[in-house]
Amino acid sequence: MSSRSPPRVRAALAAVGIALVALPWLIGPFGDAWVRALCFAALYVMLALGLNIVVGFAGLLDLGYIAFYAVGAYTYALLASPHLTEHFPALAHAFPHGLHVSIWAALPIGASLAAAFGILLGAPVLKLRGDYLAIVTLGFGEIIRIFLNNLNAPLNFTNGPSGITLIDPVRIGSFDLAHPGAILGLHPSSLHLYYYLLVGMALLAMLVCIRLQDSRLGRAWMAIREDEVAARAMGINVRNVKLLAFSLGATFGGIAGGLFAAFQGFVSPESFSLQESIVVLSMIVLGGLGHVPGVVLGAVMLAMLPEALRHTAVPLQDAVFGRVLIDSEVLRMLLYGLATVGVMLYRPRGLWPAPEHGAAITAGKTSQAVPRHG
Amino acid sequence: MDTLVQQLINGLVLGSLYALIALGYTMVYGVLNLINFAHGDVLMVGALAALSAIGVLHGLWPGLPGWLLLILGMMAAIPVCVSLSLVIERIAYRPLRHAPRLAPLITAIGVSILLQTMAMLIWGRNYLTFPQLLPEAPLHIGRATISVTKMVVIGLAALIMGALLWLVQATRLGRAMRATAENPRVASLMGVNPDSVIAMTFAIGAGLAAVAGVMIEATYQVAHFYMGFIPGLKAFTAAVLGGIGNIAGAMVGGIVLGLIEALGAGYIGQLTHGIFGSNYQDVFAFIVLCTVLILRPSGLLGERVADRA
Repeated sequence: MSSRSPPRVRAALAAVGIALVALPWLIGPFGDAWVRALCFAALYVMLALGLNIVVGFAGLLDLGYIAFYAVGAYTYALLASPHLTEHFPALAHAFPHGLHVSIWAALPIGASLAAAFGILLGAPVLKLRGDYLAIVTLGFGEIIRIFLNNLNAPLNFTNGPSGITLIDPVRIGSFDLAHPGAILGLHPSSLHLYYYLLVGMALLAMLVCIRLQDSRLGRAWMAIREDEVAARAMGINVRNVKLLAFSLGATFGGIAGGLFAAFQGFVSPESFSLQESIVVLSMIVLGGLGHVPGVVLGAVMLAMLPEALRHTAVPLQDAVFGRVLIDSEVLRMLLYGLATVGVMLYRPRGLWPAPEHGAAITAGKTSQAVPRHG
Repeated sequence: MDTLVQQLINGLVLGSLYALIALGYTMVYGVLNLINFAHGDVLMVGALAALSAIGVLHGLWPGLPGWLLLILGMMAAIPVCVSLSLVIERIAYRPLRHAPRLAPLITAIGVSILLQTMAMLIWGRNYLTFPQLLPEAPLHIGRATISVTKMVVIGLAALIMGALLWLVQATRLGRAMRATAENPRVASLMGVNPDSVIAMTFAIGAGLAAVAGVMIEATYQVAHFYMGFIPGLKAFTAAVLGGIGNIAGAMVGGIVLGLIEALGAGYIGQLTHGIFGSNYQDVFAFIVLCTVLILRPSGLLGERVADRA
């Protein structure tokens, strides 16, 4: 692809690449919290790109997307922590040293499990109209969370609300990202290494998304989004193509989830609440539904927002009012809500919308003037 | 047997509450084809406003009897919810009335986040206790019990639903609402102003939500900024179960869903030999929702075909 790109694009890509490599070293002196926020931004980019396949490309509103993230995260957590061997003696007998599956084996497992859940959910509900689909997926997300919260009895699978701890970090060969030691005479911090890993995965996800968008499948998704009946008339197998969107989106969520579990070393059901699904949705709506660079922009902006607010809004309130009136977490949700409503009303195609395709799913008044009735 | 009677009573109470909320969803859906995602949060604001009003009134006149406080609290909640709902409709939904259908749904989610966050700022993020305003002593039916509050919930819900059916079937406004739901363009040719009918629909739905919100906190004696979400979701399920857009359907759907949940929670432990407990109660509603949507998308009483791609 790069061989076809004009030199200006290549120069810009090179500049972005250098900036991404240098970023943790530039931002590091302001505190590890910023580098951590960057790591989470990369995870959110993966999530947003996955959800964008479902909502942005195929036009299916999914409000339970975070459930696939949870499936990925718990898969890795169970496969790479002492939890299962501690609670199931038979398993402990078979694996006396614990079940320490490498992340490179666990990620495909988690991703395929998430995809399987996507198909399981999608197969019966995808024929539903947009807003019904939204509510069913929301219900699915809540069901997964309720099960994660309660599957600690009578057999302890998920350890309930307290979550699973002691999850193995990412290892590449015998090299442990949590305890890096010296590489080539350098002593990089574990956080920086995770940053490079996660950003690398996010870039890979971007590449996959861009290639998907230009593919036959991507065009089929967009055709369905614009007009399902017309797409069917053009010979697109609507059901299968929608299912593919659902399961591919879920795959992204599953991979991001596995990386999240490894990065945190800990997972609990509260990371997978409906609020998280809505946050990811706000990211893609704000950035520009269906437009990969826009989605990445939205994800990075909203993911960095809490950290930025902690460093600006809190001291600002302290200086002006003498105390903190609105803490940064609440302010973040307030801004998410305002941004979602404001963008829909005044800039319905997002901050960085796709250049072509006049009638995207939120293209304003270009489509039918009055909803059909009867 | 005792469990059965007790769970039937609980289910009826729960179902009456769901039905009241479901009416708001179904009426708005009927005229606009919009899932008003913020409906549950309007309910929450009403409930918390009533709680504050009751607190203030009790502070001013400590001698006021409980039932009067409850009525006054409800009277305070209704205008709050109605005006809030009208503002939301005017600012967030009306400009998007002719936009593709995902746009107003996403806006509604944004409004829902905003309402929750604002409520958290005003009332704090802790659980607030709602005072016991009606007599505490329960009535006994066999070995099952029902509190006065629960009886009031059932009675009030029945009364309100009767009034609403009369309003929709027998008044001028009701006829205008049915006409707008059928076809807004033709309705406006017949001299109906769709904007005011839609606003009235939102107002009535919000009023019902206010009553439901106060009754929820009076029954369970807690209130907090997130209390509207789960009832809202369940009520939407109830509306779909009954056939969305259908007013009688919302009532039937609410009661049926309440009974399913209460009986499910009451018996799941016995049926699965303790593997699943009543903490899975919330799962039933979603399973019902998925089943209905897959097998009979038009709902129990729905005459409209739900598939309009």
